[in-house]
Amino acid sequence: MAQSGAASSLAADTFPKLLLEHARVRPARVAVREKDLGIWQSWSWSQVADEVRALACGLAAQGFRRGMNLAIIGDNRPRLYWSFAAAQSLGGIPVPLYQDSVAQEMLYVLENAEIEYAIVEDQEQVDKLLEILPQYPKLKHIYYDDPRGLRNYRQPQLLAYDRLREIGLEHHRQYPDFFHKAVEQVLPENVCVMLYTSGTTGKPKGVCHTHTGFIAAARGDVEFDGFTPDDEVLSYLPMAWVGDHLFSYAQAMVAGFTVNCPESSETAMNDLREIGPTYYFAPPRIFENLLTTVMIRIDDASRIKRQLFHAFMKVARRCGAEIMDGKPAALIDRLLYALGDLMIYGPLRNVLGMSRIRVAYTGGAAIGPDLYRFYRSIGINLKQLYGQTETSVYVCKQPTGGAKLDSVGRPLPGVEIKIAPNGEVMVKTPGMLKEYYKRPDATAESISPDGYFMTGDAGFFDADGDLKIIDRAKDVGKLADGSLFAPQFVENKLKFFPYIKEAVCFGDQRESVCAFINIDMQAVGNWAEKRNMPYSGYVDLASRPEVYDLIQECVEQVNTDLASEAHLAGSQIRRFLVLHKELDADDDELTRTRKVRRIFVAQKYALLVDALYSAQTRCRVETEVKFEDGRRGKIEADVAIREAKAFPLPTVKAA
Amino acid sequence: MTSDGRKIGEVTLNLQGISLAFGGVKALSQVSFDVCEHEIRAIIGPNGAGKSSMLNVINGVYRPQDGTIHFRGHEWKKMIPYEAARLGIARTFQNIALFKGMTVLDNIMTGRNLKMRSSLFEQAIYWGRNRKEELEHRAHVEEIIDFLQIEHIRKTPVGRLPYGLQKRVELARALAAEPVMLLLDEPMAGMNVEEKQDMCRFILDVNEEFGTTIVLIEHDMGVVMDICDRIVVLDYGRKIGDGTPDEIRNNKTVIDAYLGVAH
Repeated sequence: MAQSGAASSLAADTFPKLLLEHARVRPARVAVREKDLGIWQSWSWSQVADEVRALACGLAAQGFRRGMNLAIIGDNRPRLYWSFAAAQSLGGIPVPLYQDSVAQEMLYVLENAEIEYAIVEDQEQVDKLLEILPQYPKLKHIYYDDPRGLRNYRQPQLLAYDRLREIGLEHHRQYPDFFHKAVEQVLPENVCVMLYTSGTTGKPKGVCHTHTGFIAAARGDVEFDGFTPDDEVLSYLPMAWVGDHLFSYAQAMVAGFTVNCPESSETAMNDLREIGPTYYFAPPRIFENLLTTVMIRIDDASRIKRQLFHAFMKVARRCGAEIMDGKPAALIDRLLYALGDLMIYGPLRNVLGMSRIRVAYTGGAAIGPDLYRFYRSIGINLKQLYGQTETSVYVCKQPTGGAKLDSVGRPLPGVEIKIAPNGEVMVKTPGMLKEYYKRPDATAESISPDGYFMTGDAGFFDADGDLKIIDRAKDVGKLADGSLFAPQFVENKLKFFPYIKEAVCFGDQRESVCAFINIDMQAVGNWAEKRNMPYSGYVDLASRPEVYDLIQECVEQVNTDLASEAHLAGSQIRRFLVLHKELDADDDELTRTRKVRRIFVAQKYALLVDALYSAQTRCRVETEVKFEDGRRGKIEADVAIREAKAFPLPTVKAA
Repeated sequence: MTSDGRKIGEVTLNLQGISLAFGGVKALSQVSFDVCEHEIRAIIGPNGAGKSSMLNVINGVYRPQDGTIHFRGHEWKKMIPYEAARLGIARTFQNIALFKGMTVLDNIMTGRNLKMRSSLFEQAIYWGRNRKEELEHRAHVEEIIDFLQIEHIRKTPVGRLPYGLQKRVELARALAAEPVMLLLDEPMAGMNVEEKQDMCRFILDVNEEFGTTIVLIEHDMGVVMDICDRIVVLDYGRKIGDGTPDEIRNNKTVIDAYLGVAH
């Protein structure tokens, strides 16, 4: 069945055709599930095709035409996924926006993409669009899925999704062959989606992908890992992120597997357990949160349970990953591991909602060694992948059985990689972007004349032929004495400690490296509770000398690590401080995908940076913060600065 | 019609000359006021003014010595609690009165008790007509869970929840009875600003979506002035003011009662 499906879907060269193909080949199979009012509701492929047709006809009746862009804003809801297919069926381009963006951030994308039509989830998103309507009157149609709280809204732009669907059904009765004709007119070389880059540098850019490119990338992934219609995924990552679009939309459309939408973002982890997906994709941050929750619960468990856990985790660390990869392991280890699987690892996987996981991926940022080893050792096939929005995340993947901590794997079939003289990784992939929307300058800049995409990452191939990424190429700098400084490399080492949530390192053109640290409220809070240390909130906790001691240990541990790597030993952290405020995307300090905007942070906290590079031991600062509801406030604090011990290079390595 | 489009109807609850005494202590003396359909009515006053007693008189926990209660066309000398519940009056309490060991879902289900038709025996063994009935009730409870956005704590025992959420669960249980009138005793006591904002939003939503009449006691004047249509002010068991927020704000007697008078 999987074979016949794969063979026939080869003829389907656009996403709407893929959808119709599934509706024909496996009409009754579940395509989408959503937990609504406490019960998992499902839609079969043929129902989804009908829904998409109704929506597409409704949009057409409302004047949505070929070449127009449709904004999609909200959490992962089936109807929003269908909106992608509906827009594509009409030859339009879906443009997902980050649902947690504030109104002003949305304004830029709406203007840039000349959006006239938007499908949004609920009142929250409607309110944001109405707020910017006076600045952007071109937005003519806003359709909302959840009518709650919108009863008394009288704006002429608003229309309920249900009503749009009825209009579509009526349109379909009048023109029964409209939809199929529209789908036939969509060409594989047309743009299928526009994904805005998170904007680590400057304003977001709209990355345009064609049906051909994105389907090729998704098909490559599906073949590489052997996904079938029997697989299940939980889609809970932002719809505007390329990762979610690839995994919950494109791959599902190619392989025909089931996509499950959680009830709300707060319940995602419960829903994960109920669904038990077979394929899972998450940035390292999510894996880290899961592990932190588990470790906190273990710490609170009874002594016997705790000791049993730690004893078996020791066994798992020793041989778990090897056993999973089918490599040799001692018989006694195998027996112990089997026992551990029965008593600890199995139940643990169940608690994590990963009992049925066949393949799990992480990417987007470096993953900590402890974290990576933990998941692999308890029998979860966690692998890393590498790719960007521009390459449809189709560049490198670790093969099952060949996963290594410090590499991102080997080039996927059809991908060519070369390393530029300055260390930058250049990629040629089937999933290559067509262009940046209305930015021929940026397009020309990032695609080399011979057709390679400039990733902007610095990296190299190791002896096994695996690609290693060390930092952003433009961030790799030099210290005043000329030694190499890769800030992200150092920051990642810091962030691998559970107590450190974010770190920002400075050092380019300076005589030494200094760092800002953000503590992890959950982990440090728990640590403080254990010590009966009272604290009133983040600011208070962050300024405690005990917490500084704790962080200092982490920093010095990192320095020890760095000292052992000859070319990076100069990057040891000499002075650090614990920031009085959590870095936040609402204050523009992080991107929506939670990457630090280093330059912005350096400017905003210039006072603190200067203090780090002076002899001061304290510095008084006042910072403006933005609350979720748009109000502004001020945080004042007296931030302490500490020195950390640096270690000399080990002169002669012991033989 | 109010400015936001709600329709305020006829008088639905009318209390005339209510007097209540415990032995020699006069809790309420000759208090009269009315509540219109779909409105949000606040009862305010200093500590010991008789606010909670007033709510208890409305839903029949206390029996006044004097006065009459008109509710939806009927007249009583005193209300009886089960009668009040059957007529569609539900309430929440000043100090949360939930079953701490039970889950949020089960707690809310208890609010459906009055609507259950199957016998205790059928309910105990989940048999016969009870099956279908329980499913229907569960569906209704899920609507409320969705409405109050507490999906993520559905299966959590109430005792483990923070105070603000417990208050929300109590509101959910009251809503489960599909009341026409909701009595809220200090729904925002002990909450932080954010929780208060959420609760205000929910109270307004309940009023708007279900058309439920709401009578609430609250100390936070900002909240009262913001969300209520009319306000009754009690002091030492007597009514000293009655009117819209603007009228109350400028009422000399009320200001004196709250701020004290120089003698």
